Order: sequence, then structure tokens, then C-alpha cells
Amino acid sequence: MRVHAQRAGALLGGLMFPAWSMADWTLNMTPGVTGTSNEIFSLHMTILWICVVIGVVVFGVMFWSIFAHRKSQGAKPANFHENTLVEILWTIIPFVILVVMAIPATATLVDMYDTTESEVDIKVTGYQWKWQYEYINEDFGYFSNLSTPREQIENRQAKGENYLLEVDNPLVIPVGKKVRFLLTANDVIHSWWVPDFGVKKDAIPGFINETWTRVDKPGIYRGQCTELCGKDHGFMPVVVEAVPEEEYNAWVAEKKEAAERERQLTQKDWTMAELMERGEKAYQTACAACHQPDGSGAPPAFPALKGSPIATQDMAAHIDIVVNGKAGTSMQAFGNQLSEVDLAAVITYERNAWGNNTGEMVTPKEIFDYKNQQ
Amino acid sequence: MAVTGVFMSAVADTHAQDHHHGPAKGISRWLLTTNHKDIGTMYLIFSFAMFLLGGTMAMVIRAELFQPGLQIVQPEFFNQMTTMHGLIMVFGAVMPAFVGLANWMIPLMIGAPDMALPRMNNWSFWLLPCAFLILVSTLFMEGGAPNFGWTFYAPLSTTYGPPSTTFFIFAVHIMGISSIMGAINVIATILNLRAPGMTLMKMPLFVWTWLITAFLLIAVMPVLAGVVTMMLMDINFGTSFFDASGGGDPVLFQHVFWFFGHPEVYIMILPAFGAVSHIIPAFSRKPLFGYASMVYAVGAIALLSFVVWAHHMFTVGIPIVGQLFFMYATMLIAVPTGVKVFNWVATMFRGSLTFEAPMLFAVAFVILFTIGGFSGLMLAIAPADFQYHDTYFVVAHFHYVLVPGAIFGIFASAYFWLPKWTGHMYDETLAKTHFWLSFIGMNLAFFPMHFLGLAGMPRRIPDYALQFADFNMVSSVGAFMFGATQLLFLLIVIKCIKGGKKAAAQPWDGAEGLEWTVPSPAPYHTFATPPEVK
Repeated sequence: MRVHAQRAGALLGGLMFPAWSMADWTLNMTPGVTGTSNEIFSLHMTILWICVVIGVVVFGVMFWSIFAHRKSQGAKPANFHENTLVEILWTIIPFVILVVMAIPATATLVDMYDTTESEVDIKVTGYQWKWQYEYINEDFGYFSNLSTPREQIENRQAKGENYLLEVDNPLVIPVGKKVRFLLTANDVIHSWWVPDFGVKKDAIPGFINETWTRVDKPGIYRGQCTELCGKDHGFMPVVVEAVPEEEYNAWVAEKKEAAERERQLTQKDWTMAELMERGEKAYQTACAACHQPDGSGAPPAFPALKGSPIATQDMAAHIDIVVNGKAGTSMQAFGNQLSEVDLAAVITYERNAWGNNTGEMVTPKEIFDYKNQQ
Repeated sequence: MAVTGVFMSAVADTHAQDHHHGPAKGISRWLLTTNHKDIGTMYLIFSFAMFLLGGTMAMVIRAELFQPGLQIVQPEFFNQMTTMHGLIMVFGAVMPAFVGLANWMIPLMIGAPDMALPRMNNWSFWLLPCAFLILVSTLFMEGGAPNFGWTFYAPLSTTYGPPSTTFFIFAVHIMGISSIMGAINVIATILNLRAPGMTLMKMPLFVWTWLITAFLLIAVMPVLAGVVTMMLMDINFGTSFFDASGGGDPVLFQHVFWFFGHPEVYIMILPAFGAVSHIIPAFSRKPLFGYASMVYAVGAIALLSFVVWAHHMFTVGIPIVGQLFFMYATMLIAVPTGVKVFNWVATMFRGSLTFEAPMLFAVAFVILFTIGGFSGLMLAIAPADFQYHDTYFVVAHFHYVLVPGAIFGIFASAYFWLPKWTGHMYDETLAKTHFWLSFIGMNLAFFPMHFLGLAGMPRRIPDYALQFADFNMVSSVGAFMFGATQLLFLLIVIKCIKGGKKAAAQPWDGAEGLEWTVPSPAPYHTFATPPEVK
């Protein structure tokens, strides 16, 4: 029997060892970089080892029976079939183990739910299929979109290191401060997850959820949406950059200034060429996921814009549907998602791209007035 | 019956007044049958057909996930595949298979001539193909099939659902009616038609587990019907049950759904517990250890299953008191489940074991279901669930309880009772091959999913980051192996129906129960006079 055990051990080791030496074959949960994620990790490891021990005992008895009590080995069956004492024992012992397990789990949970005394508050809104981050006390916000090029997803280009886990504008937070997240969604339920923080919370339309983190180590942390939210659920990553406080303050100042500049752009006189150039960019980030880069759409859920009545006929209807969305469909209200400049640029672009050569344009000022009249 | 008999004899005088006549000829035998064996057979065939269809969809999913990048299908279609795979496997494969086993075996096990409500039995079967015809037809509708996951969370399934959602709702309603009627029939049969002397605590465990399962079905299928009806109203009649902008609550959907959904997972496993509790003693040649505690454990699991639903919702933001309640209640389920596993092991201990195909599947059931139970215990720890939730760790967990749990339980039952059904022994070598290939393929497919989930891969995504590539490839290879192996099962069953070694009335040394007192194959009508149980 010992020989068998040694052979089995050698075989198992031989199978497992190459796996351990390769970095990509990650086996376990990350301990993460926050107090919460560390506590979760230790709970995870404790319960895992408890399960392993129970498993070894139970399967040990079972494998012993399989090995030693076989008919082919001449085993004669015993006839016992009841024992109240062992039934009571194997009811009570697991119960005690569970109580022991529940105590640290309760403590961790209480800590995770304590969102008081935060120093930075950020509102996180889930959209199909991007995240919006608003710095509530600083009066600015922005969208965070997947930045992996379509060519990589469709295998026409080699995939980058952070394939599907990269965004245009990451969330930036200061290290060493308690950051509170207020989560909600604009359309369907999403879920915001950063494994390294041990933070996952659903973003639910019409409701606000709270959670928090405190990151001590500067770095870039990556996660994903974890609640099925439609077609591009797999394509809305979360990227968080934790930076030292000074760097964070400088970044906030710069963001506020940029927001102010953006507001002034509304007053500028735009030419058709400028609008078309900006419109193409805005279209690719905000519209192309559904209506496709070439405006062909994916009917019936996502109609084509190329040659469509909306994009080629009445301008007012076109502005209305972009700004206010269309109730009961996936078409969102972009009035609050995009700046006046981007709204004007996108509408102008849609009316003149892909052979929709209407020659018409709408300026940011006109959009601004339109929104004020509502 | 009597009236029909008289009428029939008046029309065709030559027709013998014999109630022991055989099956009708041709298609009408199957369309109009009220015989529990025929209906059981139809359920089993239907279930296997659905198993292959749902499995094909799983193959599409695993083929797309074989490598990073989009190769075979687009995300829209991928979501339709995950949704339909889940719905078809749960409602089309696993549940009807157990109803099929119940139809065949419960009357034979309790010494009853048939099910208590044979005409309703016919109707509850024939509703199923209709329901699935509707469900599967949505794949060909404009806008495609349901694409919101088998859990169909609102508002993704309501405001944002495809036009075919209404057909999906109708299909769920029909399946629900079928299940409820099946459950009523099981309860009526068990409570009224047991042979004299068979008291409740003398009933075979498969009968016990099915009795409890049937009560679970009656309790929760109307809840499912309720939640889809609310969806129907939201979509077509302007209500706002799940729409926050109209004063509704998307989280309400999840509460109602999981109030159905959690007992549902026990509906899919309890009958397997029962079957395995026959198979392990038979091939250990030793009585089941702790019969009474097995019955109480199943009862406890069924009761607890009603107070744990929100453990599927630890991240939706329920208050901490609720969170703690559902964590503790969920952990408690480990106690009765543990008792069952310990009892099975104690049954094997000091037995005289042989390993024919039913025993192989049953032993694998105990080991692998326990592994699924362990990961379930880990998921119950609410703080840790924040990391596991909606990742591949969860996918690994429920496939470990459903594939080697429910499905291995069904295979074990099929091999155990095939001699009784067909009168022939199946090909043992092929059956063992079926077992080992399934065992290896299944573990290869689902064990790496634990690692993927822990490393951070969310579920229900058509494409993934590069660090998940290796284990996904392993998993896909395992899935293809498992999938292809199931065609072998079809071959084994057909071969067994067509011929093979004649089976004795009692083909297994250690098996006990009334079903082994009738000849193999079981005659079309059995127990016209009830047997006496001492």
C-alpha cells in the first residue's frame, strides 16, 4: 500500500509542479491591498483549510472502505445500520465548527458595513457599458470607457498586456484616506468590483448603495463589472489609480480647470470640420457600441443610423432622441452624459457621416439653448 | 374507468374485459397513455433530448471561451446561449428526469398499480414539449432568444429585454403548471396508494425525498409564476413592479426570484439523494446507515431552504442584520447535509463493495457533491462572498452540485434500474467507460473554474483578460470531452433496450425493495393486487 501511495504522490506532484512554476496559472484569491481584502483573504483561507481537513477525514474513511472492504478482497458485510451517539456527534461537531467560523466572519462584515467618517466621496454610476465617476465634493466628474481597441477583440491585432482591463479615464483616489463610494445605475443593474480592495457592490437603478475602501499602497488596480448587464457586460472594466495625496490634489485641481475650459468651449464658434472631427471621437466612445462604428446598427434592438430618417430628416427630432433618449428602449438620454460640445459634435457627425450627407450642423450653443428650454 | 369500460365493451363486443391488456399500438400509445411506465419513459427520453440540446449550447459557450478574443459568436448570441443553457438544463433536463424516475419507480417501490392521477399525469408530460417548443423557438425570433441569464434579473429582462421575453414568460408558466401537477400526483400517490403495512417510516428513501421535493415544488412554483407574471405586467401593461422610476424596486425581483430559486436547487438534488441512498447500500451489501436521520436531514434541508434565499444577494446592499441572518441560516444547512454524507460513508464502511456503473456514479456523487458543498460553505461566509460573488467560483460551485450531483445521480439511477425497465443488463464495460470519461471530463471542465473565479474572472462574459487564458482552455477541453461522452450513454441505453444478457427480477445482490419483486422487464401493469409489507 505504501508503494501505491508513493506512486500516487509522485504522479500528483509531477502533474502539479509545472503548474506552480508558471505565473499565469493563478490558483488562489488575491490577498489584496486593503484591510478588508486581507481580512477576507484570511477568512477564505481558514474556511478552505477547515474544508480540506473535513474532506481528508471523510474521504479518508471512504477510500479506506473502497480499498479494504471490497467483495473481491473477500470482505464480508457487517450488519450495523444505526447508532444514535454517532448521529448526535456528527451533528454537533460540525455545528460547533460553524459557530467558530461565524465569529470572525461577523466581525469582518460589521467592519465592511461601516461607511462613516469618509474623507473622499465618489458617486459611481453604471451605464450600459461604462462607468461614471463623480467627485461629489469637488464638482466634477467623467466617464470611464474600455480603451482596448476593437481590432484586438476581433483578433486582428496582438492583444496588449491589459487586454479588456484598460480604460481611457481611470478612477483616481488618494492613498491612506477613507474613500466612500455611492453606487447607482442609469439603466440596468451593474456591479462594481475591485478584487484588490475586497470591494464589490451592486449598482442598482433608482437606489444608492454605499461601500468604502482605504488603500495604502499606490498603484493601478483593475476589476470588472460583475453583474450581467447586457451585450457588453464583459467590456466595462474598472480601473483605479491610487496616488499619493499631493499628486491627487494636483490632479483634482487640473480636472476642475479642465471642466471649466469645457464649459467655455460651448460659447466658441465651431466650424463644420471641427465638429466632425470631435464628433467622430465622441461617437466612437458613446454610440458605436450599439450603433456600430459604421452606423449600421444591430437591428432590431439597435437601429441603423446610416440613411435612417432620424439622422437624415427632422433635426429637432434627432436632437430630442439624443438628449432625452427613447423610453422603453436601450436608447439612453445622453443630455447629462455628454457635454453640449460633444452632443453637438455627435449629432453633426451622425448627420454627415457614412453618406448621410445632409450638410447640416448644430452648434453647442444651440444645444445649450435647447436644453434650457426643456 | 368503469363507465369507459362498459362503453367500450358496448362498442366493440369482442374486446376482452381484461384490465391487464398491453399497451395500445402506434402513436396513440404515447399520446393517450395513462400508464406510469410509459409516461416515465417519455419523461426520461424528453429529458435526455433536452440534456443534449442544453449541452450543445454549453459547447458553443466553451468553444467561444477556448481562447481570449471573439472568435465564434458575438456577445449578443453568447448571452442567449448562457441563458438558454441554464433554463434548458434546469427545467428541461434535470427536473423532468427526476419526474420520469418518480413515475417509473414510485408506484413500483410502494406497491401501487399506477400513479394516483393517471390522466393528469399524461397532461403534465405533454405540456412540457409545448413549453420547450415555445422557449426554443425564441432563438429564431427577431431580436433573438432571452439573453438576460437564467436568473433573468429585472430591469435587464423587462425594460431592456428582447421582444421574445413574453414568449419566455409563457413557456415558464406552462412548465410551472406541468411541475405543479406532477408534484400533486406524486403526493397523492405516496399518501394514498402505499401497500398495506408500508408506514411512512418504512418508505424507501427515494419515495421520501420525492415526497418532500413535491411539497417544495408546490410551495415555490407559484412564486416563480408570480414573478414572471409581474414581469409580464411590467413589459406589456405599464406596471412598475421592478422599475424604480415608477416607484418599483429592482431588488424585489431578486427577493421573489430567489425565494423560488433556492428551494429549486434542492428540488434538483433531493431525489438524487434518495436514489443514491438505495444504490450505495445495494453495492455495499449492507443496510443504509441511519435511515431515520436521513429522513430528518432531508426534512431539515427542505425547511431551511426557505430561509436562505438572500445569500444569492449578499452584494445588493441588504441591511447588515439581514446579511447576518442569511449567513447563519445558510451555514446551518451544512449540518443536515453533512449528516447525509457521513451516513453514506458509514454505509460503505465495513461493507462488501463492488463497483458496477451505478455504484461508480454514486460514489463519485458523494465525493464531488461534497466538494460542491464545501465551496457552498465558503460562499456562505458573507464577507468572503463579496470576492466570490458572480465569478467563476460560483459557476464551479453550482456545476459541482448539479453535474456530479443531480446528473450523476440520474445516471446512477438509470444504470441501477435499466435492467428492471428493459429486462436486459446494459453493457458494463461501456458503462464504466462512460463513467470514467464523464468523471475526468467533468473535473477537467469545472475544477479549473474555481481557480478562474478566485483569480477574478466574472461569470457570463464572452471574452476575458489574458491571465485567464490557460485555465479556460483546460476547462473547454474538459467540457468537450464530457459533452462527447454523453453520446456513449445514448448508445448504451439503445443497446440495452435492443438486447443483452437477460436480467433477473433481482439483478443486484444487495438491492432491496418491492421493485425487485416484479419480473424484469416490469410488466405493463404491476401490483394489481397490493403486496403485503411486513
